[in-house]
Amino acid sequence: MTAQLDALRRRVRSSAAEELLGQMKTLHGWRSLLLRLRAFVALIGIVIFFSGVSPAFFTGSNLLVMTEHVAIVAIMAIGETFVILSAGIDLSVGSVAGLAGMIAGGLLNNGLILHPLGIVVWFNVPLVILIGLGVGAGAGAINGVVITKLGVAPFIATLGMLSVARGFADLRNNGATFPNLAGDAKQHNGGFGFLGTGSLLRVPFTIVLLALFIVVAVYIAKRTAFGRRVYAVGGNERAAELAGIRVNRIKMGVYVISGICAAMTGLLITSQLSAAFPDTATSYELTAIAAVVLGGTSLFGGRGTIGGTVIGAFVIGFLSDGLVLVGVSEFWQMIVKGSVIVAAVALDEAQRRRQSRASASASSLIEEVMSSDRPATQE
Amino acid sequence: MSEPHSTPDWLLRAEGISKIFGGTVALNGVDFDVYRGKVNALVGENGAGKSTLMGIIAGIHQPTAGRIILDGNEVKLDSPRDAGEHGIRLIHQELLLFPDLSVAENIFAGSELHSAMGVRMREQERQATQLMERLGQRVDPRALVGTLAVGAQQMVAICKALSQQVRVLIMDEPTSALSTREVESLFAVVRGLVADGVSVVYISHRLEEIVEIGDFVTVLRDGRLVAHAAVTEIDSHWIVERMIGRDPKELFPYEPRPVGAPLLEAHDLTLPRAGGGLWLDHVSLTLGAGEIVGVYGLMGAGRTELLHTLIGERRETVGRVVLGGVRVDGESIGARIARGLFLVPEDRQREGLVSVLSVKQNVSLASLDDLGSFGSLALRRESAEVGTLVRDVGVKVPDVNFPVTSLSGGNQQKVVVARALMTDPKVLLMDDPMRGIDIGAKTELYRIMQRLAKEGIGILFTSSDLIEVLGMADRILVMARGRITRELSRGEATSQALVAASNPHAVQVAA
Repeated sequence: MTAQLDALRRRVRSSAAEELLGQMKTLHGWRSLLLRLRAFVALIGIVIFFSGVSPAFFTGSNLLVMTEHVAIVAIMAIGETFVILSAGIDLSVGSVAGLAGMIAGGLLNNGLILHPLGIVVWFNVPLVILIGLGVGAGAGAINGVVITKLGVAPFIATLGMLSVARGFADLRNNGATFPNLAGDAKQHNGGFGFLGTGSLLRVPFTIVLLALFIVVAVYIAKRTAFGRRVYAVGGNERAAELAGIRVNRIKMGVYVISGICAAMTGLLITSQLSAAFPDTATSYELTAIAAVVLGGTSLFGGRGTIGGTVIGAFVIGFLSDGLVLVGVSEFWQMIVKGSVIVAAVALDEAQRRRQSRASASASSLIEEVMSSDRPATQE
Repeated sequence: MSEPHSTPDWLLRAEGISKIFGGTVALNGVDFDVYRGKVNALVGENGAGKSTLMGIIAGIHQPTAGRIILDGNEVKLDSPRDAGEHGIRLIHQELLLFPDLSVAENIFAGSELHSAMGVRMREQERQATQLMERLGQRVDPRALVGTLAVGAQQMVAICKALSQQVRVLIMDEPTSALSTREVESLFAVVRGLVADGVSVVYISHRLEEIVEIGDFVTVLRDGRLVAHAAVTEIDSHWIVERMIGRDPKELFPYEPRPVGAPLLEAHDLTLPRAGGGLWLDHVSLTLGAGEIVGVYGLMGAGRTELLHTLIGERRETVGRVVLGGVRVDGESIGARIARGLFLVPEDRQREGLVSVLSVKQNVSLASLDDLGSFGSLALRRESAEVGTLVRDVGVKVPDVNFPVTSLSGGNQQKVVVARALMTDPKVLLMDDPMRGIDIGAKTELYRIMQRLAKEGIGILFTSSDLIEVLGMADRILVMARGRITRELSRGEATSQALVAASNPHAVQVAA
């Protein structure tokens, strides 16, 4: 963009071009860059601060452990990002994670008991994981149908699912845990622990998984028609509809993605603990939404990035772990986290206003520059 | 119109008024006189500054420079309340009434008649009835305003203004939603007010009305005063020329084109209205290749509903839609777009643009399926194709990655047109495409429409602006009350014929 503007400046020596250039500089200048990268700046600040306070913070092993913690929330938050980009919200992700964990735990410990036939079907670990993710996709699909076909507001539909999925998670073993998910050699279903505790080329597998989710999600958001349509639906649903976009399909898609990501988080936690608790990931939806918002995604839809969300998850994760490391009380942690989130959204609003003001005043300048530009292009 | 006058004196004078919003100059040193007991018409295209000027006189906006003199004294109008205390009242185009309150409650909203016991409902109702009778209206003061016809609501808004002392009554586009009969009774009321000594400022872009009701006319263009005259000395052609700054024929340079085989046919489209009645009442039409057909009608005539039905937005409509020989009613919007139909919607902000996306992403929005396989986008090809189209339709933007919100209204409209062209349409539906864009962009957009028609695209557009329809269309369909009441070729179309056929009451009589 700057290159074009420079070229423009060479051609047009009008005051309007100069002024426009000045405005574009403020729009793309370092100050605005800092504002746009504020989550990243906050992250660096957190790292510097805690490194100073505690020597244990900035060590390879601690950074890896913290990143593993981050990955769990980040994967869920990546799914949530698609929903929020479409101007929706998914409050059910924590419960869906819990349900997926309980389903997987039950299959590993007890297999699938087909009562009328009196037989038990066992699945190997990859299949258990697929079924767990399928549970998440199913819950997301139900959210999608309730929202698109029954016309229930996303907030209410997923609030319902928050309760329903948690209820099923409790029902799965009457409120009890599935402990010791090591698997059974006879049934060839050992190795579930690799998901959460294994490592690949000395990198914890959880982090590998996070990298995989980031790459795929960024690709979907930036390089596919689906991703572009998610932004369009979130930005202006009516316009998207009149441009021939099947809005309901897009909405179904984002809730299914969110369900799958939530289930992945549930499976990771279950694998790390080697036990499935029915209350796994309770209230994680708030952390996930906080990460999305911290990363600069607008709750009104249409604006935001996957990268931002991941950084947001790092900010929240490093902040909590850092506070633990320096021995700050859990209650103070809640206060700090809450304040950070609200401050982030306030900054976001400030940036939005700044940008729309700049766009508005740029519009008349662009017109002038382009009109005076015309003779120059004909040569 | 009015009794012969010597040199009329002015009650209110706005002197050298300038107003800058952000970086935009809305008004530039405008002088405006309001003559005592006269109808002072203020005309201009959208964006000429009419509403801003009236907002300043009514205390809504404060001028960046200039002063207002009332009865020989300079006054400061810092709020609508200030202006009201000086007897200056504005009736908004949107009326701003409470639909769920009664006529009397609306008239006295904000200035209720109190006693120790609370609001004096009976007294309000009595006075409301009196006020309405003064305007020759018989309306139950307890009726809810939301249940009244638009014309009657307009009368309630006037009564609200009259319920207090009023010296200057500003009416912003008061007839935009009225039927011909309602316009006539409004004019009778305005004449009565003027006879009572009220000075009226009448804002409109309908020329025939200004010639009929106005005593003086002031023309604004691009925030400047361009002309001022007594209505007796001028005609509508004079106003048009001053408004647009050139001959109207030059605005829409027409070139005859051959018309090909029918591309789009609609048969017996009928769309029921939620509250009873019909939005569309057995509408049939054909559109040929290379033909530009204009649909003229007042607000609520069914123009937008017709285009929405054709694109597949109103699935409850019954009737057949045939596109290129294939029946498409029952198909989704996406499927119809794939067959070569596209709608450029009426409201750019609400239905056209996705403001969070760039110019490029807005243009390619309807063509994403053609930009790669398995859902992944060929971003380079996107940039190249969008770049060509943007140059083609002349969107003024240095870089297609700029936010679409950084463009002016006319350029934003061209972005939507470019989006349509990227889908390779055979038929283009354009709902009031000239609305809210400046004269220069209008001419350019019209040139684009002509060029597309020459390439064989059929264009069906709507408008409520007589000049546009007469200037642009090869053939004109007039709508009223959901029906096509008249079909006129370019040669036989006159403004009188269009006005007569668009009168909703004529339809009722015929029915």
